[in-house]
Formats: sequence, structure tokens, C-alpha cells
Amino acid sequence: MSLAWELLKRETALAWGRGGGPLVSAGFYLGVATLLPLAAGPEPARLAAVAPGVAWVTLALATLLGLDRLFERDYEDGALDLLTLSPLPLEFVCALKCLGQWLATGLPLALAAPITEIALGGSPALAPLVLISAMIGGLAFAFAGGIGAALSLGARRGGLLTAVIVLPLFTPPVIFGGGALDAFASGLPWGAGFVLLCAYATAAIALGPLAMAAACRNALS
Amino acid sequence: MMSALEIKELAISRGGRPLFQGLNLNLGAGQACALTGRNGSGKTSLLRAIAGLLSVDTGEIAFGGQDSDQARRTEIHLVGHADGLKSGQTARDELAFWTRWTGGNPSSMDSAIDRLDIRRLLDLEIRRLSAGQKRRLALARLLAAPRTLWLLDEPLSPLDSVWRTRFGEMMGDHLRSGGMIVAAIHDPLPIPAQVLEINP
Repeated sequence: MSLAWELLKRETALAWGRGGGPLVSAGFYLGVATLLPLAAGPEPARLAAVAPGVAWVTLALATLLGLDRLFERDYEDGALDLLTLSPLPLEFVCALKCLGQWLATGLPLALAAPITEIALGGSPALAPLVLISAMIGGLAFAFAGGIGAALSLGARRGGLLTAVIVLPLFTPPVIFGGGALDAFASGLPWGAGFVLLCAYATAAIALGPLAMAAACRNALS
Repeated sequence: MMSALEIKELAISRGGRPLFQGLNLNLGAGQACALTGRNGSGKTSLLRAIAGLLSVDTGEIAFGGQDSDQARRTEIHLVGHADGLKSGQTARDELAFWTRWTGGNPSSMDSAIDRLDIRRLLDLEIRRLSAGQKRRLALARLLAAPRTLWLLDEPLSPLDSVWRTRFGEMMGDHLRSGGMIVAAIHDPLPIPAQVLEINP
């Protein structure tokens, strides 16, 4: 377990360095909160209506920032070889890398999501659900995104390929999470969307590492 | 502890192109093998196949009766072309992590630091190190965590003559302690070793 802890600490630090951290997250959301009124118009009612959805889409896109380098750097500098020659199964190593990515990128983004939602005129009552769903959705993005990152290993323009692979995988959590927030804001039952979001995140956490490890082995060979 | 490396009738292809076939190698405790051959002949591929990173077409790689997966996870060190070092990390952080990852401890790491004379480099970021210094840091992993089989891909190439001699002494010590070494080389190894020339 200490070995897993060591790897998680290292991966979190490395993910922080390749595009994570609270400043990057805050900057990303600040950019969205600044640009959206310029593009969509400054009417508070209009901004408030789209605020939860915008926070979600921003979360999804911001997750892409460092995703293409999740495995690529390890692959290029030989660290992936060494990580494979360890007592921990490669599937577990992949899971820890995704968790580190989430801790460095997804969690700060999730913490910034309700602030953005309120800044855009959304209801403060919605903020707790925005936060929780963004945390769970961020996990889903990290683990589903890891599949795309692993599959694009060794490819030219791997970042573009990662985005092409990953965006369809990001669609369900955006629909479920955004749907739950819309339903809550409209006073409708929101539990179904939230439960589906949790189910998707669970499936991504359970199955994603298997696919990632297989893709990594394929790239290494 | 792994007692032998046995390779029988091994064949490997890359990209549909056969690299070699019918390759045999028997290595016992305290023995070394130097893999020679032209560029692209398959030396690196053989090392990666032994490490389990590359699938083989036919043949068998055995580790003296030990379970292959277990042997690869706990008994093999690999130093490849790429050193596995992160440019933004300090040498200390990198060595400490890989030492723990491969089963070493702070005491063995400290000893490795002295033998490779890298103590003054420890607080530098990897990007500040020369190629030779990076290689010494990578080689320190071998000493910081004892593992039986060293797989080395051109380990001497970035080292100057002094460090080639010193690393030769370290390889000799490893063999005397019952270890095994398989090294892909273009320059002669500074230790007695059986030579396996790989030809397509």
C-alpha cells in the first residue's frame, strides 16, 4: 500500500506540473466567466439559465488540458517500462495515475465550478449539487479520458487523437450531470440523472484501468 | 532469488519483419552476456522481451523455475535508452521514488549515491544534468534496490572512461554476489561475459 501511496503522490505532483493546480483551474473558469457574457449577451436571466451547463462543459474541456500527457511522457522517457516492472499490477498503476490526474486537475476544477456557476448568475442553492456532481463527473472524465490517452500512445498528434477518442466518452456524464442540474434548477426530480452519473463514474473507475493497461502493453510492445 | 535465465528457440518480429529466430541463451548465477549486432538487429527487442515488455513469436523465456510474472516484477532491473527520469523533478526525488518502487531502502540508496558519486547532483533538476550524469543516476537504481537480473541497453555509451571502469567494477561485484547481467553493447563490456551476436 505504501508503494501505491508513493505513486499517487508522484503522479499528483507530476499532473500538477503538466497543467493541474488551482491557479490553472481558476484561470480557466475565469476565462469562461469573462467570455461567456461577451458571446451570449449580458442578460442575467439568460446567463443564469446556461450557467450550470457551462460549468459542466468547462469541466469536461479543462480535463482535456493535461490528459494527452497522462501516459505519453512516461512512454517517451522510459518511465512506463519501469512502472510495468513493479509488484503492482499495471491496471492498478493506471488507476493511480488517473486518480493523481483527478486530484491535481479535476478536484480544483470541481471546487471552482460552483463559484463560476454563481458568478454567471446561477442560483446559490444549486452550488452544492454543482460541486458534488463536478467531483464525481471529474472522476469519470479522468478515468474515461485515461482510456483515450492510453490508446493514443505513440501516435503522431496524439493530443488530437486523444480528444477525438475521449469526447464521445465524455458525452454521457455531461448529459447526466447537466441533466441533474437542470432538473434541480427547474424543481423537477433530479435523482435519476445524478445516479446515472455515479453509475457511469463507477463503471469508468472499474473498467477504465483494464482498457488503459491493455493499451499501454500494446504500445510498449 | 532467480537462479538462471533460459531462452529457448526464441523468435521475435517487429512491424511484421522478423528480427531473429532460433535464439538460445543460458545464463547462470554470476554470469553475464553481451549482446552484439548491428543497429536494428534486435538487441533492444531481446532485452524488452526478457523484461516481458515485448511479446515473442515463438520460443520460451524462463527464469530458473520461478514464475515469470513474479520474476519480472521483483527480480529484474531494466536500464534502457531512455532513463525514465522526469525533467522537472530533482535527482533526489527521482532516485528516492525509483528506489522505493523497486524494493530498495534509504540505506541502500545512500550507498548507491556514494558509489555513483552523485550526492552533489541530488538537489538539481534532471534537466540540468548532462547525459553522463543522468546515466549515473539511472545506474544508481541498480545498486539502490538489489535485483538479480540486470538488463542494460548500451549502459556505457554516455559514460566517460573513468566511469566505464567504475561501472565495470560494480557489474563485477553484482556477478560475484550471484547476480546476472544481459547487456546490449557496441563497446566491449569491462567484465568477462559470453558474447551472443544477433544477426537477422
